[in-house]
Amino acid sequence: MKYQYTEKKDTRSGFGDGLTALGRSHPEVVALCADLVGSLKMANFIKENPSRFFQMGISEANMMGTAAGLATAGKIPFTGTFANFSTGRVYDQLRQSIAYSEKNVKVCASHAGLTLGEDGATHQILEDVGMVKMLPNFTVIVPCDYHQTKAATIAIADHEGPVYLRFGRPSWPIFTNPEEPFVIGKAQKMISGSDVTIMAYGHMVWKAIEAEAILAAEGFSVEVINMHTIKPLDVAAILDSVNKTGCIVTAEEHNINGGLGESVARIIGQNHPCPQEFVAVNDTFGESGTPDQLLEKYGLSTENIVLAAKRAIERK
Amino acid sequence: MANIAELEKIASQVRRDIVRMVHSCQSGHPGGSLGCTEYLIALYFSIMKHDTKFNMKGIEEDLFFISNGHISPVFYSVLARVGYFDVSELATFRKINSRLQGHPATEEGLPGIRMSAGSLGQGLSVACGAALAKRLNNDPRNVFCLMGDGEQQEGQVWEAAMFAAHNKLDHLIATIDYNGQQIDGPVDEVLSLGDLAGKYKAFGWTVLSCEGNDMSAILSMLNEAIDQTGKGKPIMILMKTAMGKGVDFMEGSHKWHGIPPNDAQLEDALNQLEETLGDY
Repeated sequence: MKYQYTEKKDTRSGFGDGLTALGRSHPEVVALCADLVGSLKMANFIKENPSRFFQMGISEANMMGTAAGLATAGKIPFTGTFANFSTGRVYDQLRQSIAYSEKNVKVCASHAGLTLGEDGATHQILEDVGMVKMLPNFTVIVPCDYHQTKAATIAIADHEGPVYLRFGRPSWPIFTNPEEPFVIGKAQKMISGSDVTIMAYGHMVWKAIEAEAILAAEGFSVEVINMHTIKPLDVAAILDSVNKTGCIVTAEEHNINGGLGESVARIIGQNHPCPQEFVAVNDTFGESGTPDQLLEKYGLSTENIVLAAKRAIERK
Repeated sequence: MANIAELEKIASQVRRDIVRMVHSCQSGHPGGSLGCTEYLIALYFSIMKHDTKFNMKGIEEDLFFISNGHISPVFYSVLARVGYFDVSELATFRKINSRLQGHPATEEGLPGIRMSAGSLGQGLSVACGAALAKRLNNDPRNVFCLMGDGEQQEGQVWEAAMFAAHNKLDHLIATIDYNGQQIDGPVDEVLSLGDLAGKYKAFGWTVLSCEGNDMSAILSMLNEAIDQTGKGKPIMILMKTAMGKGVDFMEGSHKWHGIPPNDAQLEDALNQLEETLGDY
């Protein structure tokens, strides 16, 4: 294993701690939450900045519009709710009041994907990245662990424009450098290799690192890239890597339709056609279960990445 | 006190602008625009403190958010006539490469526009956010918001109504264009709003009502609403208007919600509206 971890933590705590830091450093940052303060780890920000927090109740549409209004006056609103209620529930509000109106709102979305676990498919949104990446003006970011989520939360405050920041519920390995600043739109090469590129975001980056260790033991040279910014996409990083490896696996906790995989397919189709394999949820809803059980059942396990990488290499 | 006669002169010109704009591009919404003419003129020419050297943040200014964005013709005409941009630009309404989009948009940088509107039900939420920002900034100015009555069928409106009262947004003055018409017919036939005043009262708002096509009445009501600010409750004005007001064959009918006049109808309409400030 080229990366080790000594601690696991949920990425949503990275958001909460990043927001606390912003509360101290950025007086224009305000926070809104639709009755999920505990889940989003916003309590500390609220304690330190009570006048800069707005409890919206269970009314996400109003939260997005209110955030847009706050942004009009120069505030930097961070909205907090589950990913499902941050996107599908309020798509038209994101579209008209935030994206089209060019409002500097940070839509911060927890409990994304299958790893939400036992709550089941009603809450396990697997379409959010696709929905938001289609909205002009939106930046879409999915950091991979606690440190990176904290860094990304801080970084987006200084980025002018709408941002969708997606993170999750489960405790997950911490393996990135806490001192490393988060650069929006700049892919992070985790491991260099020459036989195949594995490109992942969010929780799947750790799975990609696990897959690399297995493949390396079998003699394959694997490049692992953390594509934490799905939009704007780091096209140069994709092309640099596939120019070297000649094939790619995209791995994401998202529907195969509309995710990173399709964006990458477009880039390589236009510029450097080569084999691509997709590790993603195959156009279905999730269900109740533990995160590990769900990742295995829906084809997002480490083993799935290993097999996909071998298929990609064989097709070269 | 504003000179009523002067404001009425402006209203006649704005109504000419509206019918000429929708005729020129053969699309747009004359009905609600004609109905809200007095209200917008009262706001921009008399009631609001605002700066035509447009600044998005609007610090220390009164702010206006339109939620029923389809009545863009009256909004654009009033913004131009009050000095945000040249009236000649009204000729570009709804045409290719124009800053005057079918529904208001910020993308082209048209001065006076802070928010896109058109998909209904979103403006009151935005106004709530703007009012919260003013509170945080210790900025005592007011936030105005105009909605349609049919728009009250959108659930988000009621989310915002609850939020505004809970947070005592008492410098928020919303108005509903209570013309009783929507695209498919009378509001009472499409989906009745019931006791709209009672609903807003029950939500914790101060509710006022007035005749919206009487310049003197609307000015008095807006001033009364301002007197009610700072008392712990958001304020709602139910403004009774006639859709299509000022053009006899359009008046009072939902049929003119979203269709333009033909050449003969334009001539007929313009004959009813005095050119007071010069056509664009």
